[in-house]
Amino acid sequence: MQEKDNTRRKVLIGLTSAVGLSGIPFAATPFIAAWNPSAKAKAAGASVKLDVSKMQYGQQIQVAWRKQPVFVVRHTKESLENIDSALPKLADPNSDQIEEPYKGQNPTRSKSSEYTVMVGVCTHLGCSPKYHPEVEPKPWDASWAGGFFCPCHGSMFDMVGRVYKGVPAPTNLPVPPHFFDGSILTIGEDGGTA
Amino acid sequence: MSEMVGKLFGWVNSRLPVSNTFERHLSKHPVPSKVNFWYLFGALASVVLIIQIVSGIWLIMPYSNTEEEAFASIEYIMRDVDYGWIIRYMHTTGASMFFAVVYLHMFRGLLYGSYQKPKELVWIFGCTIYLAMMAEGFLGYVLPYGQMSYWGAQVIISLFGAIPYIGESLELWIRGDYYISGITVSRFFALHVVALPLVLIALVFLHLVALHEVGAGNPEGVDIEEHLDDDGVPLDSVPFFPYKVLNALVGIGVFMTVFAIIMFFFPEGGGYFIEMANFEEANPLVTPEHIAPVWYYSPYYAMLRAVPDKLGGLIVMGSAVAILFVVPWLDKSKVASIRYKGIYSKVALALFGISFITLGYLGTVSVTEVRKTMSVICTVIYFAFFLLMPIYTKYEKTLEVPKRL
Repeated sequence: MQEKDNTRRKVLIGLTSAVGLSGIPFAATPFIAAWNPSAKAKAAGASVKLDVSKMQYGQQIQVAWRKQPVFVVRHTKESLENIDSALPKLADPNSDQIEEPYKGQNPTRSKSSEYTVMVGVCTHLGCSPKYHPEVEPKPWDASWAGGFFCPCHGSMFDMVGRVYKGVPAPTNLPVPPHFFDGSILTIGEDGGTA
Repeated sequence: MSEMVGKLFGWVNSRLPVSNTFERHLSKHPVPSKVNFWYLFGALASVVLIIQIVSGIWLIMPYSNTEEEAFASIEYIMRDVDYGWIIRYMHTTGASMFFAVVYLHMFRGLLYGSYQKPKELVWIFGCTIYLAMMAEGFLGYVLPYGQMSYWGAQVIISLFGAIPYIGESLELWIRGDYYISGITVSRFFALHVVALPLVLIALVFLHLVALHEVGAGNPEGVDIEEHLDDDGVPLDSVPFFPYKVLNALVGIGVFMTVFAIIMFFFPEGGGYFIEMANFEEANPLVTPEHIAPVWYYSPYYAMLRAVPDKLGGLIVMGSAVAILFVVPWLDKSKVASIRYKGIYSKVALALFGISFITLGYLGTVSVTEVRKTMSVICTVIYFAFFLLMPIYTKYEKTLEVPKRL
C-alpha cells in the first residue's frame, strides 16, 4: 500500500468549510435584526409635550414617555436652596458615572433652574421610585432630606434624582433629552437652546 | 383478525425497530431491584411535561398575544371558554408542580450521587433541562401581561443591562421596544410555545438515552453491572415492566391527587403559584409595592438582592445555576450514596438544603436589614457547599459499600 498524501484533500475541505461558514453571519442577520425595534415602535417612541407652568411649587408629576414614567418636579425655593443638603450621602453628586446630557448647566440637572426632569425608573431593577419631598425622619433614613425612595429594594435618591451611597441602585436617575419652549416642556427631543 | 394484526405488526417491525426499541427502553429495560420513593420524581416530571404540552396547546387556541388583548384573553379563557379555567389552572399548577418534582429529583441526585461517573452527561443534560425550564417559566409568566408579568419581566430583562458595554442595547434588542410591549409579548409567546418546548423535548430525549446507556442508580450506590447473570443482565435488577411500571403508577396516582387538589381548591397557591398582582393588567407607570418572583425562582432572587452591586448580583445568580453543571467533578468521594459518605457530606448537604429553602423564603418577602444579612449567610453556605465539596468529600471517612444490592 502506498502512503496517501491527504494534504490537497485537507486544504480543499478547509476551504470549502470556510466558505460555507462565512455564510452563517449573512444567514443570521435577518433573524437577529428582526428583533430590533421596528419602524412603528420607533415612531411610537417619539417625543411628548406638556405645559409645566400650571404645576405648583413642590409638586411632582409623571409623564409617560415611551411608556416609561418621566418625573417632572417643580422645586420650591427652600428645596432649591437646600439642593445639596444630602451631599455627603450621595454616591455620584456630579453625575460623573453616567452620561449626563446637561451637565453643569443647572443644579437641577435639567435645562431649567426650577424644574427637574428625570426618568422615573430605578437604575437598580427598573421599579418606579416614590416621591417623598418632606424633610423629616423616615423608616429608611432617620435624617431624610427629601427625595425619592424605591419601595422595591430600598434605593434612595435626592430631590434631583441623585443616588445615595450604599443602596442597590448603581447610578443616578437618568435625565432624558428635553427642552423648554416658554412653559412648554418637550421630552424626548433635544431641540433648541434653553 | 388477530392474524392480520400480527402480520401488519410484523410488516412494520421489519421496517421500523418497534419491538426492539420497546423492549430495550421499556419492557425489558433492567432497573435496580431496590430503590425508594426518591426515584419516582423523574417519572413524575415526564408526566407533568405531557400535562404542560397538552394544556398549553389548548391555551394557545383562545389566547391573544397582543398588548391590547393579552390580559383580556386570559379573562376570556377564565370566564367564557367552557372549562377554560380548568385548562389554565392545569397549566399554572403544572408549572409549579414541574419545578417541585424537578427540585426533588435534583436533590435525589445530590443525595445519592446520581451525577458520579459514568452519569456525568445524564446530570449535565438534566441541568440544561432545568435551565431551559427556568427560561420557559419566565417567558410563560409574561404572557398574561398582568402587573407582575410586566414588572417581573422588567426586573429580569434589566438584568441583561448590567452586562458592561452591550447591556443597554441588548435590553432594547430583547424587548424590541422601549418598554415591555406587545412586541415583547408576542416574541416571548413564540419562544414559549415553539422554540423552548422543542429544546426541552430534545433535552429530555438526550437525558433518557444517556441514562439508559449507563443505567439507573440506586440509594446504596452499588454498581449493579458488576454482577451479571449468564445473559448479561445485572443480578440485582428487575425488568422495568411490570415491576417498576406498577410502582410508578402508585406514585403517579398519589401525585395526581395532590395535583388535582391544588388545581381545584388552591390554584393560586396563596399568591405563590399565581401572584395576586397578576390579576391586574400591566401598567408601566405603576410599580407594585412589592415585586417578588414566583416561588421556584425566589432562592436566586434572594441571592441577587443579597449583593449590593448590580453586575455582581447577576454574576452570583448566574454562578449559582452554573455551578450545578460541574458537580460531577467537585465530588471526589469514593462512594456515591449519602448512606456511605462521611459526616461532613451529611452536614454539608443538610446545611445546603436548609439554606436553599431559607433563600426561597427570603426571595418572596420584602427586604429588611436582618433578612439581607440572612440572605448573605445563606448565599455563602450555598456556594460553600459546592466549592468546598472537593475537600470534604476527599478527606472524610466513608463506609464500605456492599457488593450486592
